[in-house]
Amino acid sequence: MSAPSTWIKRHRLSTRLWHWANAAVLALMLMSGLMIFNAHPRLYWGEYGANFDSPWLEIGAIGDRGALSLGGRVIDTTGVLGVSSGADGAPAAVAFPGWATIPSTYNLADARLWHLGMAPVLVGLLLWYLAWSVWNGHLRRDLLLHDGEWKPGHVTRDLLDHLRLRFGSGERYNVLQKLAYLAVLVGLLPLVVVTGLAMAPGMDAAWPWLTELFGGRQSARSVHFLCASGLVLFFVVHIVMVVLAGPLREVRAMVTGWWRVRT
Amino acid sequence: MITPRNTPAITRRGLIGAGAGLLVAGCDRVDDLPEVRDGLAELGGVHQRVQRLLGRNALAREYGAGAMSPMFRTNGNTEAGDPAWRQHLAEGFSRWALQVGGLVHRPLALPLSALQAMPQRTQITRHDCVEGWSAIGKWQGPRLGPILATAGLMPAARYAVFHCADDFGGDPYYESIDLIDAFHPQTILAWKMNDAPLQAQHGAPVRLRVERQLGYKQAKYVMRIELRENLAGLYGGKGGYWEDAAGYQWYAGI
Repeated sequence: MSAPSTWIKRHRLSTRLWHWANAAVLALMLMSGLMIFNAHPRLYWGEYGANFDSPWLEIGAIGDRGALSLGGRVIDTTGVLGVSSGADGAPAAVAFPGWATIPSTYNLADARLWHLGMAPVLVGLLLWYLAWSVWNGHLRRDLLLHDGEWKPGHVTRDLLDHLRLRFGSGERYNVLQKLAYLAVLVGLLPLVVVTGLAMAPGMDAAWPWLTELFGGRQSARSVHFLCASGLVLFFVVHIVMVVLAGPLREVRAMVTGWWRVRT
Repeated sequence: MITPRNTPAITRRGLIGAGAGLLVAGCDRVDDLPEVRDGLAELGGVHQRVQRLLGRNALAREYGAGAMSPMFRTNGNTEAGDPAWRQHLAEGFSRWALQVGGLVHRPLALPLSALQAMPQRTQITRHDCVEGWSAIGKWQGPRLGPILATAGLMPAARYAVFHCADDFGGDPYYESIDLIDAFHPQTILAWKMNDAPLQAQHGAPVRLRVERQLGYKQAKYVMRIELRENLAGLYGGKGGYWEDAAGYQWYAGI
C-alpha cells in the first residue's frame, strides 16, 4: 500500500500553458540559433569582429580534430564540437553537430526562417505570462522571495537540503527554486530577447542605445550566446531536479496542475 | 534455427541513435513543408513592421575613424564574370556609365565622373553580414535619392532594383529595396571605400550602401538601376539573388 496522500493544486493553467509552449518555442529557437552560430562560429567583444579580428571564443577544426578555443586555451572536442558525424556517418567539420541544429545540415536561410519566425512568438508568450503573473499575483506570491527567505541561514539550509537530495514537499517553491525560476523569467529570457534585437541593424538604427548598452553589436551577439548557454544550463539542472524529485509526480503536476503530497 | 551469437542485436545505444536519427529527419521534413515555411515567413514579417514603426526614417549609427575595422573582409564574389565589366575594369571604368531606367520619366546614363561630381556623402558605418560578423568601414558616394529624383519616378514605381555584373553559376546577382530605403539619406552609391577608389573585391565601380540592412543587400558591381512596380516576374520573383536562391528574407533589417 502506498502512503496516504492528498492532492493539491500545484500549477495554475497559465503557468502550465506557458511552460510547455515556451519549452517548445525555446527548443526551436535554440536549435535554429546553433545553426546560425555555425555560419560564423566565432564570438567577439565590441562593435565589429570578423575573420581578421581576434575572437574570445571559437569552435572550429584543426586538421581532422574538433577544437573549442576559449580565451587562448584550446580544448579537443572531436565528435561533438568542430568535427562530428554528418548525416552519412562521415566526419563533418561543423561547429555544433547536426543533431543539435535546425535544419540538421548547413542551411543558414532556413535556420533564420525558424529563428526570426519563432522570435515574435517567444516574446508574445513571455509578455503575456509576465503581465498575467503580475496581475494574478503569481509573481508576488509564488516567485518573489518573502521576508525570511533572504536570510543566509535559510538559503544555506535549503542548499544543504538540495545537496542531501532532500526535496521539500511543501506547497511552496523553495528558495533555490524561486531564484532559478526568477533568473529565467525576469533575467535570461528578457536578456536573450533584447540582445537579439540589439544585433538587428534596423533596430540599431531605431534604438541605437540598445546596441550601445551592450557595448556594440558583436558584444550583443556574445551576450546572446551566453544567455542561450545559461538557458541550456537551467534546462539540464531542471531536468535533473525533476528526475530526482520524482519525474511522474512532477510532470503530472505540470500537465494537470495536481500534485500529490504524502500526508 | 541457430542464431549466431555475434549478430548485432537491438541495443539500447542503437535504439537511441535510431530515435535521434528519426527525430532529426522528422524536423527536416517539417522544415520542408510549404505551409510551415509560409507560416514562419509570415511570423517573421513582424520584424519589418516593428522596425518601420519604430524608426522609419532613423539613421544607422555612424562612427569615428578610430572605430574602423583594421581589415575589412570580403564575402560573396570578389570579381564579376561579365566580359563587359572586365573590359571596364581594365580601362579604369573611364567609359562605364550607370544606367537608370524602368518606371522613370528621364532614363539616365551616369558616367563614374558624373557620380563623383555630384554632392557626396561620406559615412563610417558598420557592415553586418547575415552570417554574424561585422566590419566597420568608410563609404563615400552620391545619395541615391537625388539621382532617382532627377530621373523622375513614375507614380507606379515602388522598388529600385540593382542589376549587377557578377553572378553565381550563371545566375546574375541583383538586389532590390523599397522607396523608403531608396530615399533614405544614408543610401548612397559608394565609389570610394576607406578613402580610396572602391577595389574590385568590394564591388568596383559602384556598390549600393543601404545601411539599415544586412550585407547581402549591399549589392556590388552595380551596372543598372531599374524602377519597378513589383518584384514578381523578375528572376525568381523574390527581389534578390539570395532571396531567390536560398530563401533569405527580402527585408534584411534583422
